Amino acid sequence: MQKQDNAANKLHSEIMERSGQDFYNCIQCGKCTAGCPVVSAMDLLPREVLLYLQMGQEEKLLNSKTPWICASCFTCGARCIKDLDLCRIMEAIRVKILRPRGAECLSPGEIPRELLEKLPQQALVSGFRKRTR
Amino acid sequence: MSYLYFPGCTLKDKAASVMEKTALQAAAELGLPLEEIDQWQCCGAVYPLTDDELITLVSPSRTLFAAKDRPVVTLCSACHHVLKRTRERLAADKDARDKISSFLEEEYPGETPVLHYLELLRDELGWDALKEKVKLPLEGRRLAAYYGCMLLRPAEEMAFDDPERPRIMEDYLQALGAEVITFPFRNKCCGAYLAVTEKQVMEDTSNNIVNMALEYGAEELTTACPLCRYNLEQTPAVKEGKIKISYFSEPLAEALNLEAQEALR
Repeated sequence: MQKQDNAANKLHSEIMERSGQDFYNCIQCGKCTAGCPVVSAMDLLPREVLLYLQMGQEEKLLNSKTPWICASCFTCGARCIKDLDLCRIMEAIRVKILRPRGAECLSPGEIPRELLEKLPQQALVSGFRKRTR
Repeated sequence: MSYLYFPGCTLKDKAASVMEKTALQAAAELGLPLEEIDQWQCCGAVYPLTDDELITLVSPSRTLFAAKDRPVVTLCSACHHVLKRTRERLAADKDARDKISSFLEEEYPGETPVLHYLELLRDELGWDALKEKVKLPLEGRRLAAYYGCMLLRPAEEMAFDDPERPRIMEDYLQALGAEVITFPFRNKCCGAYLAVTEKQVMEDTSNNIVNMALEYGAEELTTACPLCRYNLEQTPAVKEGKIKISYFSEPLAEALNLEAQEALR
């Protein structure tokens, strides 16, 4: 149990350090969620991501679809009354999953050839940058 | 004075004949010649959002180091976003600056100005001067601007325009003589790179934007981002020909009656 707590603490501080965001400042007003253009595809609301961080339940975030649905559009950050940049927190969660495992969450073979030929280069570069190490 | 120009990956491929050619010809016509940076590298398309990730700042930093103090002009929203934020990071974060400089084995040249093409038109030329250069005003054409995310946010770093009530693109279209349609969702995300893995999410966000523009009476939606353009073009409204998506430099080429507009037909 002790060991688990330590692991959780470590994750907690890693997300805070890497993102540079003090999520304890969040007052759960929900503006991030109200303005999020892709919220309907998320399993945890942006506001809930902050809530679970505050409650020390980071494990929920590692298994959630939400950080992978976030498109880093920075709307939540532009509207946050506490000046939190939630996109940075989402990225810290993605990085946490991608870095140690070194596992690629996207490989070129997964993309249908027809789509590869159609997509602008920018889509591929950004897609791979967000989903691979 | 001539400006350095950073093309980026998509401008040399999928968007080459349409965005790059029209914008470069227009710049020459307007007396703002753009000179392509020698040996440029991909900007990385996304700005790294964790404080401990410096390696992905190396590539955009090379561009800034190569430019020294000459202004770098961008066309693509994503390139602009990455180069501008890298510039801000290097200026504000001595530790990051020193590490990157040491990695590149080059002296930090100081703060390289990074300007988007639209900023060049607004701040160096001015809308009145642009208006005077217009040969074929786009009269009666109902054009709407789609900003997307990357040019506007985060506003403190991008310093491009008001992130919620921008006007630079509307002012620009007005200078070209178009009937400007201002619609909600013009600064809402199109779904970006989710086009690669989450097609349905991208289609939903893009549909919302295009349908809103149609509802407000727009016949053409103009953007600076190749990925926005691609996503918006995947919608039924565009496929059925109800509305057209263009790069912002296309109406400019038309209004200036440039040869490059031939490529658009």
